Amino acid sequence: MREIMVLAEHRMGEMRDITHEMLTKGKELAEAQEDILVVLLLGSGVEGLAEELTPFADKVLVVESPELENFNSEAYQEVLKQIICERRPSLTLIGHTSYGIELAPALAIDIGAPLASDCIDMKMEDGKVRVTRQIYGGKINVEAILKEAEFHIVTVRPATFEPGEPGPRGNIERLEPPATLGPGRKAFLEYVEPPPGEVDISEAEIIVSVGRGIKDEKNLPLISGLADALRGEVGCSRPIVDKYWLSKERQVGSSGKTVKPKLYLAAGISGSFQHVMGMKASSLIVAINKDPKAPIFRIADYGVVDDLFKVVPALTQKINELRQSGG
Amino acid sequence: MSSMDIIVCVKQTPDTSEADLAIDETGRNIKTAGLVLEINEWDEYAVEEALLLRERLGGSVTAVTMGPEGADAVLRRCLAKGADRAIWLKDEAFEGSDAHAIARILHAAIKDQPFDLVMAGTQASDLGESAVGVYLAGLLGVPHASMVKAVDVMDGKVRVNRELEGGLEESVELPMPAVLTVQTGINEPRYVSIMGIRKARRKEVTVLGLEDIDLTPQEVGEEGSWMRVERMYRPPVEKEPEILSGSPEEVASKLVEAFRARGLI
Repeated sequence: MREIMVLAEHRMGEMRDITHEMLTKGKELAEAQEDILVVLLLGSGVEGLAEELTPFADKVLVVESPELENFNSEAYQEVLKQIICERRPSLTLIGHTSYGIELAPALAIDIGAPLASDCIDMKMEDGKVRVTRQIYGGKINVEAILKEAEFHIVTVRPATFEPGEPGPRGNIERLEPPATLGPGRKAFLEYVEPPPGEVDISEAEIIVSVGRGIKDEKNLPLISGLADALRGEVGCSRPIVDKYWLSKERQVGSSGKTVKPKLYLAAGISGSFQHVMGMKASSLIVAINKDPKAPIFRIADYGVVDDLFKVVPALTQKINELRQSGG
Repeated sequence: MSSMDIIVCVKQTPDTSEADLAIDETGRNIKTAGLVLEINEWDEYAVEEALLLRERLGGSVTAVTMGPEGADAVLRRCLAKGADRAIWLKDEAFEGSDAHAIARILHAAIKDQPFDLVMAGTQASDLGESAVGVYLAGLLGVPHASMVKAVDVMDGKVRVNRELEGGLEESVELPMPAVLTVQTGINEPRYVSIMGIRKARRKEVTVLGLEDIDLTPQEVGEEGSWMRVERMYRPPVEKEPEILSGSPEEVASKLVEAFRARGLI
């Protein structure tokens, strides 16, 4: 009987959702393999977080050290290397997050563990690790098998699995960090909070959101015209902020704001997974995009496969007419 | 601070924003014929950051790519923007490489070159593994930082802001030599000028094949990859939207009706 290992992700004293999502899948994998589910918690002063995890795994392995107070991929790598080499889990799951992207590939090279990243599904079949992941911005799914090796690592796409229900309380086991764990080459200095910005779009009931399809900054008044007609706010996908056309506070997505307005109208947005994460809980989703294969249509309630330069002005006009006629 | 030698790894990727992708007869590959190829967006930002650092501190920028016939177009673009020289890793044996095999090939070409920084985009728009840069750091035995949104060089160290989630960032510091992978939006990539294109013609592009680097055929291409593709397929549709068709005015009317019905207007 072996272990399925899940690396808990936390920041500033709070467990991050990805941990619970991975534990749901981890539990399924462990049951299928008759392995035990182990969650690995690294940190400093994390007893409370360890307790919180006990209903979701068979075992909570806690490693504490001042070196682990804030996430540092070099410290995490050293601890994980020792644990994986000693305990030989059948699979290790890490979140495909900023921390996971920083850690997993370096750890994989260090221990020679084939890695599959940003996976939306995974299973173990005949001793092999089989994964599903997406390519070309979510347009194509790929099923792949990891190369045979002693260890395997999979990073899991956030918001893919649901957090699980609590079960029987698992045990907490404390492990000593490696004796060699000390300050590495890379040092965490501080967190940098985003500036407050003029508007908090997560409070808006209606958001008209714009993506690359707007083509040029000078076309943005089309979007603000529609937002005004609807008495809503303007939001956008990442590329618009990267180009400095709108400020960061209007960015919707995993590296921006998460919103759940009554209406989210996406104009010229392809619907990459990172963007969708930030808005899929919206009550009504309308997508306008020339590309019928745009992933945004997979989560939309209403889809318009047409040129936003025709549809948006027509819609703005209809709404303004309605308002003028007192309707 | 003395001048910096920077190596930038770039990839040529297809522009799939409006393309309908087709899977070939084997079911394991995308048909790439007819797709427009461009420099991977993230790598464009990495090239710009390297050029900005060289402008501030002096030194050199070398662009490296692994790619088939035609991939030198991205190197020419880097040279036209101001990179000093380029290396093209080209060999049929490299085809079918995943991020792990790509990193091994790049590593084989880079490892004996002097550098202060190796830079790359955090991910490629095609495979999206977000791994090559960090794999490279592991293979080179140097520290790394990924998802970088700001770079500051001082006294042999580099201080960077890393993007976390929800708009939060973290500031970390690491010594050089190091690998940095950058996020989009870190800077505003410059345009290619006619003058730049002209100057680029006189800059050196070194072409290396498998026999020029210290790797075996088993360590590259599909054999050297950590993932073996079994099949590709279109994502199953979980939820079909109601597609509104008709003229823009007809569509607008339908939407207005839908909004009114929900008390949104």
